[in-house]
Amino acid sequence: MKSLRKTIAALAALTLVGTACSSSDSSTDTTTASADTTLTVYSGRSEELVKDLFAAFTSETGISVDARYGDSGEMAALLMTEGSASPADVFFSQDAGALGAVEDLLGKLPTQSLSNVDAKYSATSGKWVGVTGRVRVVVYNPTLAPTPPNTIDGLLDPQWSGKIGFAPTNASWQSFVTALRVLRGEAGAEKWLTAFAKNKPVAFEKNSAVRDAVNSGEVSLGLVNHYYLLEKIAAEGADAVTAKNQFMAPGDVGGLVNVSGAGILSSAKHANAAQKFIDFLQSETAAEYFRTKTWEYILTNGAQQAEGLPSFSDLKAPSIDLSDLKSLDITQELLQKVGLLTK
Amino acid sequence: MKQTRGLTVPLGLAFVASLISLVPLWYLVTQSFSKGLQPFVDELMQQRTLSLIVRSFVLAGSVTAASVIIGTFAAWVITLSGIRGRTFLTIAFSLPLAIPSYLSAFAWISWKPSITGFFGAFTVLSFACYPYVMLPVAATMSRLDPVHEDVARTMGRSNFRIVFEVVLPQLRRSITSGALLVALYALSDFGAVAAMRHEVFTWVIYGAYRAGFNPTRAATLSIVLVMAALALTFAESLARGRDKSANRTTAARHRQRNASRSTTVLSLTGSAVILVPAIGVPIINIIAWLGRSSERVVDLSQVWMATGQSFLNGSVTASATLLLALPVAWSAVRLSGWRAQLPERLTYITHALPGIVVAISVVYVGIRVARPWYQEFPLLIFGQVIIFLPVMVSSLRSAFEKTPVALEEVAHSLGVGHLATLLRVALPIALPGILAGSALSMLAAVKELPVTLLLRPTGMDTLSTKIWDFSTISDYAAVGPFALAMLLLAALPTALLGTLSVMKDGHS
Repeated sequence: MKSLRKTIAALAALTLVGTACSSSDSSTDTTTASADTTLTVYSGRSEELVKDLFAAFTSETGISVDARYGDSGEMAALLMTEGSASPADVFFSQDAGALGAVEDLLGKLPTQSLSNVDAKYSATSGKWVGVTGRVRVVVYNPTLAPTPPNTIDGLLDPQWSGKIGFAPTNASWQSFVTALRVLRGEAGAEKWLTAFAKNKPVAFEKNSAVRDAVNSGEVSLGLVNHYYLLEKIAAEGADAVTAKNQFMAPGDVGGLVNVSGAGILSSAKHANAAQKFIDFLQSETAAEYFRTKTWEYILTNGAQQAEGLPSFSDLKAPSIDLSDLKSLDITQELLQKVGLLTK
Repeated sequence: MKQTRGLTVPLGLAFVASLISLVPLWYLVTQSFSKGLQPFVDELMQQRTLSLIVRSFVLAGSVTAASVIIGTFAAWVITLSGIRGRTFLTIAFSLPLAIPSYLSAFAWISWKPSITGFFGAFTVLSFACYPYVMLPVAATMSRLDPVHEDVARTMGRSNFRIVFEVVLPQLRRSITSGALLVALYALSDFGAVAAMRHEVFTWVIYGAYRAGFNPTRAATLSIVLVMAALALTFAESLARGRDKSANRTTAARHRQRNASRSTTVLSLTGSAVILVPAIGVPIINIIAWLGRSSERVVDLSQVWMATGQSFLNGSVTASATLLLALPVAWSAVRLSGWRAQLPERLTYITHALPGIVVAISVVYVGIRVARPWYQEFPLLIFGQVIIFLPVMVSSLRSAFEKTPVALEEVAHSLGVGHLATLLRVALPIALPGILAGSALSMLAAVKELPVTLLLRPTGMDTLSTKIWDFSTISDYAAVGPFALAMLLLAALPTALLGTLSVMKDGHS
């Protein structure tokens, strides 16, 4: 019996360790966003990319941020699983698709937040607003591909057979395919995808792997977002990076603009603080941050863009309703059918 | 009467532990059938589902076969070969346990980009998993009584035939129990197959969450993995056969350890062939990362904090797993009948699930029935315990199998109850096995990522979350210090594990 008591004591000690390690409860002030409010943000954007931005928000407003980081899709799955019991106030997502997937759980944003951004970069339902834009480009290895194509139909040329890298399970790629369906219709999209599959594109796990494979010469071209290259240059220095970005011809669907965006959960316990957070994401402080740290395009009207990037209006991105980009299920079925999602 | 009551307690606890490990099934079944039976059937009845099953099984099968061969050879080198430097080799051979599969996969790709695909996934997983076979086999080898081999030799058997006819049959149970863990791990791994772009079940399950926003599909496919785990667990029960050595009370005679020249050459060559890919490639790569330039400066205090947190999480997980695993393993070894075996078998069936599925399951259950603990430390530990229970149960099971039941019978005859016998007699004798299981669980917990990421208290950073964070932005210069810290943190339990695995009945 003495030994059993020892076991129970050990169990109790374990529980104590657990309690000591857990963080304190956030405040539950629902009416005002005061200095002792703690806002819970689920961030699909990497901690290293946004933690300083969150810190700037705290120093500007006095509102602390409890941020939970993870992959945007996994965060959407987390929110769907939690439902209305979620502790989250704000979902800050890397892509529109993940926001669209949880639209039922979000509340409508005020007109003032929505009017700061071109309507085509926010939800038609008004439940989330675009913050930054990521342009789809062809990243290319200049040695292997001195004249890279600037239209998606150019990618079908047999000279690129087996030389194009893409990330089949990546949300940005699937958003592009969704845009293709919307702009060319189901039959047109299937036709392009079938021809693309015939050109034996090489599958990678994520965009950074595509970019690295292009840089190392494993493939000649890669379908990624514009900032992956700038990120590699920042990490390794311009001399260490061979690859270059090819922006697509005006209006070509290959130059789709994907957005990162944010929405407020309808179950949010700190709705006022959450609104202040959305306002902050549209402020000049945030714009300056994105310009210099993530090299994305800033979607807030009139914002200046990062140095060295082609002007946002010159890009003439294909016109598409980003809310249509949530029909990923249908996109995946089509990708399966043409053999581009699974082998 | 007293006997029956004494037995009920450990068996009851064993059932509680196995039910905890089955918590993910609650979520999987609810989610899979959330849209009714027909969508579930439609999702499964596809040509591609069948081809995924084949691909996953081919990978798991070949990784298991390779791990058995490598693991058994490594076990022989560190025990029976008799060469010098066995302690060093034991620790070196155990070190892959400290390296996450996604890190070694990245290392391989950085070094040899063309390795991607099946061969890359097979290579990374085989060299990551063989210690799960090596450890139990080495433990058995170090207890083998050389008298059997001597008898065979006097009867004119060649060394080759002695190995196959005398030694291997005695290793059967250790090999099959290690092989089961390897097969389940290979089915559940995402890190290696993702980096190697080899499409298997886990790839599609992660895709369903990340790009498809389709948890129902992820759950449906996960149920196939649960079925596969059931089949493998059942197959292992058949393959392990009946234990003939459990009642052996005599200690093994001492073995003459003087390695011949050819044995030494074979051992050292074989060790190099294993260690270069298993630890050489990843470690050289981590060191190369340290030399890269980055715009971020990694603060040493960050590394220190994350190391402390990982150590704390790992030790608490290992302790909690141990408490749950003890009654499971003890009942399976000491009690007879299917009811005593069932809890042990049940703990294995969720082991083939990818981490993300276990994490989402614990979220689903936690937010409904354990709200105060949601996104707090206890629920994080709960999630990790589910994943590592089979690893601990497996270690404990072989530890109990090797302790003579006669001592416990003596205790009973002196009027000591079953629970007291477990605590006072069985546990102290099985202590090396208990420590080995704890070290193994701790190593696995320190590497674990998906459950930590979703269930950790807000703001908690561990070595694995920091490594993940910097890899997502491809800043490997910043990954380096955290990866190195993970290796160093793991060195202690690895050394303990290595030493324990070759100890013979409590003395080396």
